[in-house]
Amino acid sequence: MAMVDEPLYPIAVLIDELKNDDIQLRLNSIRRLSTIARALGEERTRKELIPFLSENSDDDDEVLLAMAGELGVFIPFVGGVEHAHVLLPPLESLCTVEETCVREKAVDSLCKIGSEMRESDLVDSFVPLVKRLAAGEWFAARVSACGLFHVAYQGCTDVLKTELRSIYNQLCQDDMPMVRRAAATNLGKFATTLESSYLNAEIMTMFDDLTKDEQDSVRLLAVEGCAALGKLLEPQDCVARVLPVIVNFSQDKSWRVRYMVANQLYELCEAVGPDCTKTDLVPAYVRLLQDNEAEVRIAAAGKVTKFCQLLNPELSIQHILPCVKDLSSDSSQHVRSALASVIMGMAPILGKDSTIEHLLPIFLSLLKDEFPDVRLNIISKLDQVNQVIGIDRLSQSLLPAIVELAEDRHWRVRLAIIEYVPLLASQLGIGFFDDKLGALCMQWLQDKVYSIREAGANNLKRLAEEFGSEWAMQHLVPQVLEMVNNPHYLHRMMALRAISLMAPVMGSEITCSKFLPVVVEASKDIVPNIKFNVAKLMQSLIPIVDQSVVDKTIRQCLVDLSEDPDVDVRYFANQALQSINGAAVA
Amino acid sequence: MNGAAASSAGSPLEWRFSQVFGERTAGEEVQEVDIISAIEFDKSGDHLATGDRGGRVVLFERTDTKDRGGSRRDAEQMDYAVKHPEFRYKTEFQSHEPEFDYLKSLEIEEKINKIRWCQPANGALFLLSTNDKTIKYWKVQEKKIKKISEMNIDPSKAFGDNRPSPSSPPQLLANGVHDYLSKDFSFPPGGIPSLRLPMVTSQETSLVARCRRVYAHAHDYHINSISNSSDGETFISADDLRVNLWNLEISNQSFNIVDVKPTNMEDLTEVITSAEFHPIHCNMLAYSSSKGSIRLIDMRQSALCDSHTKLFEEPEAPGSRSFFTEIIASISDIKFSRDGRYILSRDYMTLKLWDINMDSGPVASYQVHEHLRPKLCDLYENDSIFDKFECCVSGDGLRVATGSYSNLFRVFGASKGSTEAATLEASKNPTRRQIQTPARPSRSMTSMIRRGSESPGAENGNANDFTNKLLHMAWHPTENSIACAAANSLYMYYA
Repeated sequence: MAMVDEPLYPIAVLIDELKNDDIQLRLNSIRRLSTIARALGEERTRKELIPFLSENSDDDDEVLLAMAGELGVFIPFVGGVEHAHVLLPPLESLCTVEETCVREKAVDSLCKIGSEMRESDLVDSFVPLVKRLAAGEWFAARVSACGLFHVAYQGCTDVLKTELRSIYNQLCQDDMPMVRRAAATNLGKFATTLESSYLNAEIMTMFDDLTKDEQDSVRLLAVEGCAALGKLLEPQDCVARVLPVIVNFSQDKSWRVRYMVANQLYELCEAVGPDCTKTDLVPAYVRLLQDNEAEVRIAAAGKVTKFCQLLNPELSIQHILPCVKDLSSDSSQHVRSALASVIMGMAPILGKDSTIEHLLPIFLSLLKDEFPDVRLNIISKLDQVNQVIGIDRLSQSLLPAIVELAEDRHWRVRLAIIEYVPLLASQLGIGFFDDKLGALCMQWLQDKVYSIREAGANNLKRLAEEFGSEWAMQHLVPQVLEMVNNPHYLHRMMALRAISLMAPVMGSEITCSKFLPVVVEASKDIVPNIKFNVAKLMQSLIPIVDQSVVDKTIRQCLVDLSEDPDVDVRYFANQALQSINGAAVA
Repeated sequence: MNGAAASSAGSPLEWRFSQVFGERTAGEEVQEVDIISAIEFDKSGDHLATGDRGGRVVLFERTDTKDRGGSRRDAEQMDYAVKHPEFRYKTEFQSHEPEFDYLKSLEIEEKINKIRWCQPANGALFLLSTNDKTIKYWKVQEKKIKKISEMNIDPSKAFGDNRPSPSSPPQLLANGVHDYLSKDFSFPPGGIPSLRLPMVTSQETSLVARCRRVYAHAHDYHINSISNSSDGETFISADDLRVNLWNLEISNQSFNIVDVKPTNMEDLTEVITSAEFHPIHCNMLAYSSSKGSIRLIDMRQSALCDSHTKLFEEPEAPGSRSFFTEIIASISDIKFSRDGRYILSRDYMTLKLWDINMDSGPVASYQVHEHLRPKLCDLYENDSIFDKFECCVSGDGLRVATGSYSNLFRVFGASKGSTEAATLEASKNPTRRQIQTPARPSRSMTSMIRRGSESPGAENGNANDFTNKLLHMAWHPTENSIACAAANSLYMYYA
């Protein structure tokens, strides 16, 4: 056993703990691997630390994951790019572990290192590594290999390139579905590095094989590749090779595959151009909107706006709108909800007249939906419609919907609508708000659920910001001040909370003239909880009001509180006093 | 099954005893926790796992293939007689512990209901095990035993208790020392030569089982089955009323794919008894019910597969209806044949083979308990009628087998025209009693069966001994070898 100079002690412990029995200590050491490397120097890092780590691949996953991440940025510590290849062996062994997140991190790190390596090193060490992994006995190695081809391929000789392509082709036909899935996932990435001549011939053949795979899970990953490949191909090739596949997929037996198509379709429209979109993809999309599986309709409905953006309004009205109408009364609430979350975005696309004629009835019916999420989703996007047709046409239906949501028996629904009140206020305007919604805002402050009261208080602050302090002085402050006298201590507390939130918005003058007297009065409350909240509130008021006010009123009040029989009240009062003193010193 | 059967299909197999693990000595009492409750071979047939009521999983590994180091030719020249699968104890681990559900005031037994093997990786074995509520994913791997021989700090000479550890907050460190750990401290260019890495010696290894994931809180009722998909990333778990789909890597959510729970529980007439994925098509699965039907569902059709693709049911013979009809129709186990073409089902009285392309009725039906028909009343009284016997199909699909009472099991030829039907006893001499079961004189049953008999082994000699039931068995995937559980003993036979 070697003894170490005392100054080196922490680093020595750090190194020893690489092999500690406690996983937390090992993790800590691994996360500071760069420190250890610097302490050992570049040469010993290469010759000792890296081989040491290579031996370490049976450690716990958390440690391996951290190690895989650290090694990705390790090039400076082993002596720069010319030594980068020494980092490959430990990462190679991490590429073969069965825990997916470790493997993915190791592949990430390898890609990072590979893209910095010199071309000659790439050929000498990186490419052989990829080949070894691709020929690995266990599927884990082969899965990892799939994610490395796009780095290995660049800068290879033609012979090697041919070999790599043929290995990738084999991986696409591997016995293990996990490997085929990895090959499908990475196909798009690999394709970007390929020369366009091979793209058409070889990659598309692999792609065709994958699209015909018997496993749904492979086919649906192939769908994801469609958009990526479509963008790489010449438009006419894309129409010839990818389009038929997509049209086929949109009628696949498996709903999971159709679901993927519904999610990806709008991206493909860009790749194939407007003509084919019109003739092939619109019918495919219409089919998906009418799919008999609700999950597929949910995905399709959620993309309605994005899809219509790519079409001209005429086509949208002719083909898509009829489906949208049907979806707005779909039997699945989740479909309606997905539709409601995007449909407002169609207003700017269709223009004023069409919106009034076609969309408005749909908005109105969704606003009356029995499912609160649907109504909420419509309300949350109100601004988009407001710009096109103005709010007046909606406001008649809007108000009952808002009131109903505001009184919903699920507090989460109430919470959601409170979040939108400032938005509504800005869209509806002061007049409408005063008449209809003002009372609601006060009602929330006395809700049975704390989260709602809290959100209600916050809402007052946001309203004050929106409409200005003068308006708030008239419409909010009197009610809040009145609440301080409420017999229920929780309501009194909420009034204090509202004051503390509104004070910064209302400014020093109103705070001193209106709020402060009330707060001082509240400091004599019989409930300790009120009193220590007063202490906290006073602390928050210190920066807002003048120093003279602090000295005159606040300090005295806090001093009184600091002699309170209740320990918590004394604690918070002292805290506040300290911060006064702190501010004075500064 | 396959019309042009291979030569072995023609002649009945001669079953021989191969091995026994945990054999009971005469008079030894069986501990409840030792009773085997699940048996499963892995895909290659090189490993066998058993689970017991005590929540333990025991693994066995095949010895005869591993030692076959030489060329294939050598192996083929070896004496034929010794070429049957032989297993040895590999390791065991505690998979489940007894638990208590405080919300429902429910005790959760540790008993292993099912074990399923997953894809091995890097020489490590993976398996799923489940009790009534919780599924666990296990990794069993050889691990090096670490022994650190060289360290920078001699732990025995460490600076007392106030050892500054880098993991402790920096303010606890002595003045200035923590600078070494800050990012901008510059070390000498050659590094610090006195520092060394810990040396690890001792390459001894030991088998370690680690629980990788726990899939919990997804079942309101008792889990009766788990089954892996051929896609290698998903599996299903089934309880009385629901089937859930899981991704092996994601333990905190699952998708409900079958739900037979009626809105009003009083309308409940049928429960799920067993479920299995198709061995090849990842989108297909089958589940059986207490009413004797098997439903094949296609997950491609919709997200919630409440409507089946195919329904396999045998029409009730007219006039035969009795109080017991529904009880004995309940299917206790289903298994797909290896090629996925057939489904084998076991109900209380029979074993039935179904062609998944023919839903009008079973292609074959084998009587297992026909001789018990007159005694159904007694069997009902002592709850034996609710015993859940498992069934298994041979790797080549030519034979089927299932268990019975008195530690007997039966093997039937499943190929066309085969009349093969053997009754074997789970003992060292399986053919000791070639019983003509129906011809057996029936003595007064009630005198023999005492409910909750204190010693399960006491009536070993009796042909209709209802306490010694052989519920669990498995057929080797590639060879004619059967593993079956008689209470706490695991018997293996070959032919």
